[in-house]
Amino acid sequence: MGLIFRLAWRNLWRQPKRTWLTIGAMLFSNVLLIFMMSLQFGMYGLMIENTLKAFTGHMQVQAEGYVDDQKMRQVVPDVRALASTLREELNSENVAARARGFVLASSEERSYGIAVLGVEPAFEPVVSSVPGLVKQGRYLDSYDAAEIVVGAVLARNLKVGLGDEITLLCSGLDGSFAATVVNVVGIFDSGIAELDRSIAEIPLGHFQDVFYMEGAGHEIVINAPDVEQAPALEARVQGLLPAGKDLVVQDWNRLQPGLKQAIQADMSSSFFTYGILVVLVSFSVLNTQLMSVLERTREFGITMALGLKPQRLGWLVMLETCLMGSIGVVLGALLGALLTSYFSSNGLVLPGMEEMAAQFNLPVRMYPRITLLSLLAGPLVVFSFSLLAAIYPAVRLRWLQPVQAMRAA
Amino acid sequence: MRTFRILFMLAWRNLWRNHRRTLIMLAAIGVGIWAMIFMTALTQGMVNEMIKDGISALPGEVQVHNPAYLDDPNINNLIATPDSELEKKFTGAGLVQWATRIKVPAVITSERESRGVTLLGIDPQRELGMTFIDLDNIDGRFLEDAADNAVVIGRKLATTLETEVGKRIVLMSQDPDNEIADRGFRVVGLFGASQESFEETYVFAGKETLQKLLKIGDHVTEVVVSGGDYRNVEPVFEKVSALVDEDLQVSRWTDLDSYLGTMLKVMDGFVLVWVIVIFLALSFGLVNTLVMAVFERVREIGLMLALGMRPSSILGQIVIESMLLLFLGMFIGNVLAWLTIIPLQGGIDISIVAEGMEMMGASSVLVPQLRLQDVILANCVVLVLGFLASLSPAWRASRYEPIEAITKAN
Repeated sequence: MGLIFRLAWRNLWRQPKRTWLTIGAMLFSNVLLIFMMSLQFGMYGLMIENTLKAFTGHMQVQAEGYVDDQKMRQVVPDVRALASTLREELNSENVAARARGFVLASSEERSYGIAVLGVEPAFEPVVSSVPGLVKQGRYLDSYDAAEIVVGAVLARNLKVGLGDEITLLCSGLDGSFAATVVNVVGIFDSGIAELDRSIAEIPLGHFQDVFYMEGAGHEIVINAPDVEQAPALEARVQGLLPAGKDLVVQDWNRLQPGLKQAIQADMSSSFFTYGILVVLVSFSVLNTQLMSVLERTREFGITMALGLKPQRLGWLVMLETCLMGSIGVVLGALLGALLTSYFSSNGLVLPGMEEMAAQFNLPVRMYPRITLLSLLAGPLVVFSFSLLAAIYPAVRLRWLQPVQAMRAA
Repeated sequence: MRTFRILFMLAWRNLWRNHRRTLIMLAAIGVGIWAMIFMTALTQGMVNEMIKDGISALPGEVQVHNPAYLDDPNINNLIATPDSELEKKFTGAGLVQWATRIKVPAVITSERESRGVTLLGIDPQRELGMTFIDLDNIDGRFLEDAADNAVVIGRKLATTLETEVGKRIVLMSQDPDNEIADRGFRVVGLFGASQESFEETYVFAGKETLQKLLKIGDHVTEVVVSGGDYRNVEPVFEKVSALVDEDLQVSRWTDLDSYLGTMLKVMDGFVLVWVIVIFLALSFGLVNTLVMAVFERVREIGLMLALGMRPSSILGQIVIESMLLLFLGMFIGNVLAWLTIIPLQGGIDISIVAEGMEMMGASSVLVPQLRLQDVILANCVVLVLGFLASLSPAWRASRYEPIEAITKAN
């Protein structure tokens, strides 16, 4: 074994320029793959986190069908009691009840149609990032006060400030006309214009009074410590729901179906890119190994005449490729990790990306996230394809006739 | 010229001395070029769809507003220029496709549900060819004229509101004095759109009916003008800017939807980056092949030099060899790309990720778009960079010392 290994190593460096060029091709794609994949994973993570933490949460308990239709009367009865039961059973504060309605909000000068959320002021800050984004005034603090927190753009459009009154016109649960006057106590600014323009929050108790909800709500938001643990928690919540009330747990993927699909669409287009890179590197390896085998026809003829089996020669060629590939993997992982960690501590800003980032709830500065997967997946695939590419030159040796081979020019 | 013919012949024959290597390299270049063109066509197709959808959501490539309207889309921020005056000005300047609209936020209520929507007051005759609504894809009928007393809403919105053609809904908005303006309308048609969010957001009513309801006389909130080519809005933009009153704000669609605007810019950059990345991956193989080709022939090159061939001819010979390789590879790649894109012209169904595409603002059918300028770009990049990459091995070969080269053992 030691001998074959030494042979392979020395053969590799008979043509150092060629070997380095081939390794260079591997390095180029390995570094690129590591960087791109780390960037993508970092981006996807942020996209999920930022989108979910605004309102959606990791899962929600809802009436069956509410997720599709969002109709007023698809309610969770006694929503507050159920939320507090869940809180106790799960031993977690990360549970908050909500109700949701559409209203015409009118100030002195302006009227806009918006979505209004009835929230539990004590628990909403635990599950949602919005209460923390209140830049003026304060968040809601009482369960049934006639108060409202609005988005910054909405406040500007309605021309209201702290302490001003807003009239909410809507139809209640029973279809009757409903109205209330609420006081602006806080203005939040999430930086996401769509959100700041179209959403306001009032206390759940007041919401239930105004909309004739009789204690009902529309959703209970539940968060797991992180996204990975959500499925396990979901199963537990499922078991805790009262029977016979048509309640279901919807996971974030069901609540924000666009999110996972946007990620999938992006992933499939990048995998096409990666695939092409890998194929091009494989061609490079195939070319190199084929050349190096053809060059050595005479030498191989002699060794075979001396009694070496063609299989052994085949393994020699594979071993050479293997060595070359390993250098590519090690150096590639090293350089890739260096490059990526530079950007993951300093962040990466692409010019002109601000608008695109905002569309997906991403910050302008992006931080790639190195994981074992993003570090090794690319290089290992390149490695495997290099080995695959070397099979043809290695197998060709079987048909080598020692006498003819020795005569080869 | 004769020298060139000889060099060309030498290069051509050298290319096929090691046909396996050449074929592998051709395959690599072919796949590379194919990937460049194919991927670019897919991306351009996607951007194209996004922009078509995006523009149709706010139809009209150039729009005129009251300067305050964009930040505060309110009924108080109006345009007072009457249609007849616009008609005179626009027709004089050769602008045919234009319309005036009222676009205000409103709340729509059925017996069951209410939702916030964008209420569009339009003149159906003027809007022809400008709205995203496919008139063949309507249940019931579309609006007939600007004084039509009915509304047309999206299918998705109808489902949510549990209403249907023939039923009544109530629309609430405000008039300039912030009095609630509301009235009942009969739903006469349901439209389908490429994106579900359009079906949820837009409600169409007659322009004159809304003007009466909102008590705004013959004022409107926006004037939209289309020139037919969304990639080239500048001429229309300039014409419109010169025609309308100075205190009005004229915007291009790229200003109004900055996401799409940047998308269009970023994508052109992306195409170049993509082409260069693929080329770099290719270049290692290309340089490798040339280095080997020169290395194998050191003695021969020495002999040619000794016989009096000029170094520049050696250089030329190697560069021609490399260019031949590239040209052949490019031919294969281009044909391959053409062959794969043509059958896909009907569109690729990617509805599995429809909602994800909607998040990006794209629809769920992807039609690859082969643009001549992208194909030229890819081929030029490969040629120019390929030429540069082959200079170094060729230069090296032309600098050999004849005696040393001839005596060099293989």
